[in-house]
Amino acid sequence: MTTASDRPSASEGVNRPHSHASKTGKGVGASLRRKEDARFLHGRGRYVGDIAVPGMLEVAFLRSPVAHARLLGVTKPAGAQDRVFLAADLPEIAPIRAVSALPGFRVSEQTALATGKVRHVGEAIAACLASSRAEAEDLAAACEPEFEVLPAISDMLTARAPGVPLIHEHWAENVFLETRREEDLSDLDAVAAAKVTRVLRTSRQSMAPIEGRGVLAEWDTRLEQLVVTTASQQPHVSKTGIAEALGLDEGQVRVIAPDVGGGFGYKAILLPEELVCCALAMRLQRPVRWLEDRLEQLTANANCREHHYIVTAWADREGRLLGCDVDATVDSGAYSSYPFSACLEAAQIGSIFPGPYILPRFRYHTLSACTNKPPILPYRGVARPGVCYAMETTLDALARQLGLSAEAIRAVNLVPKEAMPYRNLVGKHFDSGDYKEALRRAVALVDVPKVRARQAKGECVGVGLASFCEQGAHGTSVYHGWGMPMVPGFEQAQARFTPDGVLELRVGLHSHGQGLETTLAQVAHEILGVDPARVRLVHGDTALTPYSTGTWGSRAMVMAGGAVAEACRQLGERALTIGAALLQAERGEVELAGGTVRRRGGAGIALEEIARTWYRRPQNLPADVDRGGLDVTAGYRPDPDTGTHSYACHAVVARVDVETGAVTLEDYVVVEDGGVLVNPMIVDGQVLGGTAQGIGTALYEEMPYDAQGQPLAGTLADYLLPGATEVPDIRLDHMETPSPWTRFGQKGIGESGAIGPAGAILNAINDALAPLGAEVFDLPATPARVLAAIEAARR
Amino acid sequence: MKPAPFDYARPADWSAALALLAAGARPVAGGQSLGPMLNLRVATPEKLADLRHLPGYAGVTQQGGTIRIGAGTTHAAIEDGAVPGRLGAILAGVARRIAYRPVRNRGTIGGSLAHADPAADWVAVLPCFRGEAVVLGPAGERRVKLERFVTGMLATALSPEELLLAVELPALPEAARWGHWKFCRKPGEFSKATACVLAVPGEAPRAVLAALDAPPFVVADASALCAAPEAEAARLVAALDVADPWRAAIARTALRRAAEAAS
Ligand SMILES: Cc1cc2nc3c(=O)[nH]c(=O)nc-3n(C[C@H](O)[C@H](O)[C@H](O)COP(=O)(O)OP(=O)(O)OC[C@H]3O[C@@H](n4cnc5c(N)ncnc54)[C@H](O)[C@@H]3O)c2cc1C
Repeated sequence: MTTASDRPSASEGVNRPHSHASKTGKGVGASLRRKEDARFLHGRGRYVGDIAVPGMLEVAFLRSPVAHARLLGVTKPAGAQDRVFLAADLPEIAPIRAVSALPGFRVSEQTALATGKVRHVGEAIAACLASSRAEAEDLAAACEPEFEVLPAISDMLTARAPGVPLIHEHWAENVFLETRREEDLSDLDAVAAAKVTRVLRTSRQSMAPIEGRGVLAEWDTRLEQLVVTTASQQPHVSKTGIAEALGLDEGQVRVIAPDVGGGFGYKAILLPEELVCCALAMRLQRPVRWLEDRLEQLTANANCREHHYIVTAWADREGRLLGCDVDATVDSGAYSSYPFSACLEAAQIGSIFPGPYILPRFRYHTLSACTNKPPILPYRGVARPGVCYAMETTLDALARQLGLSAEAIRAVNLVPKEAMPYRNLVGKHFDSGDYKEALRRAVALVDVPKVRARQAKGECVGVGLASFCEQGAHGTSVYHGWGMPMVPGFEQAQARFTPDGVLELRVGLHSHGQGLETTLAQVAHEILGVDPARVRLVHGDTALTPYSTGTWGSRAMVMAGGAVAEACRQLGERALTIGAALLQAERGEVELAGGTVRRRGGAGIALEEIARTWYRRPQNLPADVDRGGLDVTAGYRPDPDTGTHSYACHAVVARVDVETGAVTLEDYVVVEDGGVLVNPMIVDGQVLGGTAQGIGTALYEEMPYDAQGQPLAGTLADYLLPGATEVPDIRLDHMETPSPWTRFGQKGIGESGAIGPAGAILNAINDALAPLGAEVFDLPATPARVLAAIEAARR
Repeated sequence: MKPAPFDYARPADWSAALALLAAGARPVAGGQSLGPMLNLRVATPEKLADLRHLPGYAGVTQQGGTIRIGAGTTHAAIEDGAVPGRLGAILAGVARRIAYRPVRNRGTIGGSLAHADPAADWVAVLPCFRGEAVVLGPAGERRVKLERFVTGMLATALSPEELLLAVELPALPEAARWGHWKFCRKPGEFSKATACVLAVPGEAPRAVLAALDAPPFVVADASALCAAPEAEAARLVAALDVADPWRAAIARTALRRAAEAAS
């Protein structure tokens, strides 16, 4: 992959409104090496699996081997009655109820251990405890559950077919939620120059962070507190969920998220397994740990992504969209998961389908189907990769019908920069950017004429584009309407000097790959001039940090970056007051520069000295000192808080082997605008990693289920992830249009890379196949699917 | 997942190894197939007999025109040139494309053959050489032609009380031509179609088509295939009745491309 240092001439003509980066090379805008990397690269990270405590018991779960059944009973192994726990043994755990306020939402009750029925393969039935995981698995293997097997719903499109069994028997039908936007589009047939309809499917995927879930629960008898060490990307929300489910005060729960080996959304979910470990630790007064293995992660827990679309689009002769009609179904699985609920995907589909385009008319209907599969969880980009795939392939189909280029049809539809900020027909509020310029650059970077020349010689090669935007850091005004258990508000950060003048930052969200230990230090440096090496970030512990809804939704750099900046600004004010007194100057005569308080143009006094004065020489403090000391908690929320919109254009050259259906990515270009980049190198990493995951969505990853609801990929030999040999050198080019709404102009960009690949790659494949009259509709575009499309065109 | 409890023994000589097998122990070599099966509790042997310390278990020797590769020779050793001459160069090219280096460092040629996954590389390639498997059992040594060694999905000519000692292959002249083509989407994914073609001057060319969820299909005289790869590959695959049209298509492609490379 291209590294930051040898990137092709990125970011020319960029508007960089910040000075510190250029002066010290360490502030906002600097590609500072990551502070956290030393510990990761030397294997000194500390994950839940690295933490063992004396007297600890390990848990293995007995899991359902069937997708849908009445659970008639479980016979515990002889002699192990007190080490095997069923739902009835743990009545102190309330069921997980992740409610949405959207009208018509049906509420599922997910008990931590199956009660009465099992509703998907892998659902936990019993917790088995032993001093080692292997022995715990022996116990699980010796349990004898008894089932009355029921027909399973394994295809979302049959969820409301007549006569199907009800998964939640008190519901009227197997549907969590339907959403609609009605608009009569019947006149468009008469006026449109082109109309296409596409039926598209994205497969069910399984998020695959290197570290699975894991939890260690202990009861601290001194503090009378449950201490939960868990692989979480939002420790405070986990704490709230655990306290609610167990009927504890929030103060009786402390959640610690140590190093976390990849989140991607999976680690934002409150798992039943966490609640079971907590209840057992309290019940047994012994530490209890569960470490998820790959089989559990793939087949029982980390499912995501599965969508089905019927899209009809109309356009005029120039390719301008006249309207879209979208019917989308999401396979939401058996339960609504906490805190994002079973409606997030479908609700997003409705609101983000127009993408970066001007869409004048729009009808949609979404259905969140309940099926006998694990709950669908939000994965990097949530619904956007599917939506982008549906929109981008539909646009190309229109372009082919109209004889337009893929670039031309996008150029006429993208929101122009003159229209920014722009509010689209479903109320999405775009902050800033030049979407067409990203398209232009991406097209220029891949050699389209060369591809066309190879095509003319009969080579099966194609070029594909995907333009999209990504709403990030959207807050209260967006989420309160969805009425989920969690609505993000003001983000808080704490900044304080320790007596030796080291700056300590405390944030409630969590860094697990985002590099926040570095970037938040850069923000502090930007404001206070403290060297990033003298900044410590404390995160991942609810006892030590202010409440936060956590790291998700591409929000951390906007929200925590803003909060840290504000806390540091206030801290700087307090330091200035003390510094002025020590310098015997007026408050108005001093300024902060290079980590000192100095008389303008004159001598300075180090922040260390100011810290020492507050803590250890208080006799030297001025009378008007702020009694809050050198310790500030500040809150931040962008205004408006409807979210930043980063955007990108992905351009791909793909070659198809027409004899095998194999696809090779020859070139991959991403032109990306994340506003002001706090650390461009880290943004590169985010984009590259996301793009690799998107390549998985496009070409490899698929969790197939059979008609009985059995998952068919139980190992990474069957569930293919792209690796180093499958991801091409991705060439990045950045634009940097500041967001007018955020502290430094930064935009959320963490999920972006994962959004574009499916659309861009499938468009490249379909461009290559166009001379054969073939088109691929379903993801991933496996060799078998590609070859089937070629065969279908031949017939 | 963790394995079910099992016992472990490390026999010091071959008779001790055979005695363990007679008592029901399962041999373990590099553990690269058996290990995952134990972890998934697909295999639950009561006892493992670790072969790795047996004398002469690993290593390559040549006697006249015959090259003997000990069952315990690792994929990595073969990749690194343990086998001499033209044959060695061909086998190194095959070994290089088995999984990843950490798997090749432990996995053995004998373990791969004994495991008999139809998609495995040695299973697919070795029948192309006029060679033999050397088998040791309670009644002494016996030899099995390599094209008859794998008899089905995870099934071989070995009885549970027998061990694979070595494979013996004829040394090849420098002029021998070789074509090998396999389809997998990423390293470490099991092949969905493998074909190889060996053309030794003065002998009828041989071909193997494998990884079709069945024992390898050997074409003892592949002259027609080498003369008209496309038509003959289509004819051969059509006769095999492969149910999945995509698998049939890549099988045709594999045979044709291997034949073209060998000609
Ligand atoms: C991630 C991964 C990817 C892989 N990819 C590939 C690939 O691309 N291509 C490929 O061909 N293989 C692949 N493999 C399998 C690998 O090649 C194994 O090494 C091989 O299949 C088994 O060899 P082993 O020495 O590890 O045998 P073991 O796993 O120890 O044993 C396998 C079986 O053979 C039996 N056995 C072993 N030795 C003897 C003997 N001398 N006599 C009698 N029985 C014996 C054992 O009892 C067991 O049943 C992969 C494995 C992994 C883990």
